[in-house]
Amino acid sequence: MADSAAVEWTDAELIAAVLNGETASFEPLVKKYQPRVFATARRYARRESEVEDIVQEVFLKAFQKLRSFRGDAPFEHWLMRLAVRTCYDFLRAHRRNREMSFADISDEESDWLERFGADPSDASEHAAAARELVERLLAQLSPAARLVLTLLEIEDRSVKEIAGLTGWSLSVVKIRAFRARAEMRKCLEKLAREKYL
Amino acid sequence: MNLAELRKKLLAAARAQPPGWDVPYAFEKRVMARLAEKPALDLFAIWNRTLWQAVAPCLAVTLFLGVWTFLAQRNDNSRETLAADLENSLYAPLDNQTETW
Repeated sequence: MADSAAVEWTDAELIAAVLNGETASFEPLVKKYQPRVFATARRYARRESEVEDIVQEVFLKAFQKLRSFRGDAPFEHWLMRLAVRTCYDFLRAHRRNREMSFADISDEESDWLERFGADPSDASEHAAAARELVERLLAQLSPAARLVLTLLEIEDRSVKEIAGLTGWSLSVVKIRAFRARAEMRKCLEKLAREKYL
Repeated sequence: MNLAELRKKLLAAARAQPPGWDVPYAFEKRVMARLAEKPALDLFAIWNRTLWQAVAPCLAVTLFLGVWTFLAQRNDNSRETLAADLENSLYAPLDNQTETW
């Protein structure tokens, strides 16, 4: 089925073929959804080798658990749930030294902060330094806080969507979002105290 | 420094620069190659699976023996004899003290 490139197979047909033992039919699914999974993984891992490991893990899990896909929601939603949970597992497994340290921030980041300190409107959010700083801040947060802030504040998802993606209940998402904001506030306070006060 | 404003600005920066959707060349081939590999022998998983499979038979045996013992005790009138035997066994070292020492 995967060889017949001229024909566009639907996800349901490809999944049915995989479940019937045609492993090669999984390849078009990987090809179709890998850009989206890569973009998701890049939210949580910085090194490209780590990103590739996460994406590979997502597709291996998807293949192994394909039988549990009931088909009542699009395959993409099911896959993205798997991707988000794999990213969360990655964050939990790679808790690096979360001790706050802004001593090693680059000159560009330092300049951006100084510009912000002098006049917030002068510091552009499109600057690479701002992106680096937010990466640095997110890396200091706990895995749950990072995940929930990324989904809620950066990807603008609703609490209900986050609950669906993570498998947490609505109240757990709300509690974790509250704690995540508090964690981020603490990080920012430390940054301000260490560097600019 | 206005920390609330800084927080807003940094989150806006993250929103303004979303991660790329680019994929390494022939990445899907790599995934398919991994799928084709023989899965590594996971001894822990095998042990785990065996233990879970053993749960139902163990429960069945426990239940069966429990019911059997219960019914056997109900039909048996030698409860007092058993109690006396147990007492004799427990006190046997004391009773035989003179013989031992």
